[in-house]
Amino acid sequence: MPRTAMTPARRAKGAPKSKTRPSARTRSAAAPRRVVVLVATRKGAWLFHGDAARKSWRLDGPYFLGHIFNHVVLDPRDGRTLLAAAKTGHLGPTVYRSTDLGRTWKEATRPPAFAKVPEGEKGRTVDHTFWLTPAHASEPNVWYAGTSPQGLFRSEDGGVTWSPFSYINEDPQYRTWMGSVQDGTPDGPKMHSILVDPRDPKHLYFAMSSGGVHESVDGGRTFKVLVKGMEVVEGFDPSTITFHDPHNVKLCPSNPDRLYQQNHCGIYRIDRPSDEWVRIGRNMPKRVGDVGFPIVVHPRDADTAWVFPMDGTTVWPRTSPDGAPAAYVTRNGGRTFQRLDGGMPERHAWWTVKRQAMTSDTRDPVGLYFGTTSGELWASRDEGRKWACIARHLPEIYAVEVAELS
Amino acid sequence: MREVAVPMKVLIPTPLRSYTNEREVEASGATLADVLVDLDRRYPGIRFRMIDEQDNMRPHIRFFVNSEQVYELSHALGPNDDVQIVQALSGG
Repeated sequence: MPRTAMTPARRAKGAPKSKTRPSARTRSAAAPRRVVVLVATRKGAWLFHGDAARKSWRLDGPYFLGHIFNHVVLDPRDGRTLLAAAKTGHLGPTVYRSTDLGRTWKEATRPPAFAKVPEGEKGRTVDHTFWLTPAHASEPNVWYAGTSPQGLFRSEDGGVTWSPFSYINEDPQYRTWMGSVQDGTPDGPKMHSILVDPRDPKHLYFAMSSGGVHESVDGGRTFKVLVKGMEVVEGFDPSTITFHDPHNVKLCPSNPDRLYQQNHCGIYRIDRPSDEWVRIGRNMPKRVGDVGFPIVVHPRDADTAWVFPMDGTTVWPRTSPDGAPAAYVTRNGGRTFQRLDGGMPERHAWWTVKRQAMTSDTRDPVGLYFGTTSGELWASRDEGRKWACIARHLPEIYAVEVAELS
Repeated sequence: MREVAVPMKVLIPTPLRSYTNEREVEASGATLADVLVDLDRRYPGIRFRMIDEQDNMRPHIRFFVNSEQVYELSHALGPNDDVQIVQALSGG
């Protein structure tokens, strides 16, 4: 199998401007685990197996060449089960499952699908499963899935069979907030960022593009809206939930009362029990702005989060601002941000990073990974100070996740 | 005397051959809907890739019976009919 060296894709720019370093309080005594980067693309899935130093990478794939993969996720509870949300350009959606880290795959016998409506009524159909979340550590084999158009589903058998979860898929109020296909993103409105509080399996969040952020404290029996403080496109009424477009929401593992959000209209932080988001993106450089898709949180430091801004001006090119890609990090909960572009192209790089295509591992220092719309996979072994391209010429990358194996 | 369903030939397009491993398979049924249910019994999962949860044909999936396109799952089939499943491939 081909092996790719972790070498810079283009001329490195030298030392990054940021002085940020991993602090002593973030260090972990745990033995390092092997990192596998799970890459979901418009034309198949790939796995990149890292060496102990995360310096060289062995490539496995493509899996299901030609299939559109929106998410590939490892079950951290058993360390071996992969779920992959797939469709092709012409076949209906499905979920594939592997229990041997990709060597063999089986298809879900009942993929996520909306309830059939009575004859004569117009029912919804799942176009694709967009998001996969393993449930709480105390609930082995339970998974949640979010779809396009927006739907929430749950599996209790490790992803083999799926059923609609909670009441929201058919609830008239939620259906209004979900809007129509015309209200959603260009390739369909999304249910995403399904989050489970590590302290309580019944404490759930999800987000919808469009349709806002929602929270349940009773295991999905009821949900409430959590959009206070979030802005919407100028001229629209923020009290209309449909207009809220969270792109990605993350819960801090080290402090589950803190969440960060990258929204269509800025970067936010919330500290529960407050129900009001604060637009920390106001502290980003004005010429870059605070529009983007992904947001990544530090596994052990709730003051640290990374974003990857894109050009959200005029017609929304959704490219790196000025063709100069960079991640930005805050290490103080959003009071300040530093640019992290060491090793990235200085100019004429017109790609960006989609909402599921940036992630981290839990090593010390933290490794960061992102995939681009132009099919490049980038990694940093030092929390973003220096970056290297570990693969080029892949199809458009939709999602990047990390599996850490003992 | 009990009527025995006679299997008919069903032509499978390449995107669905990962289910059948064959270009041509057999399935039984009095209607196109029945044939697709029987196909799914023989090759689990194949129906949902063609028919959505509201029992509508998915876009780009076409069904032909004896070379004539049919538009209704309720289309009646006879024992000597041939069913062709076609993927109208397009895009990049």
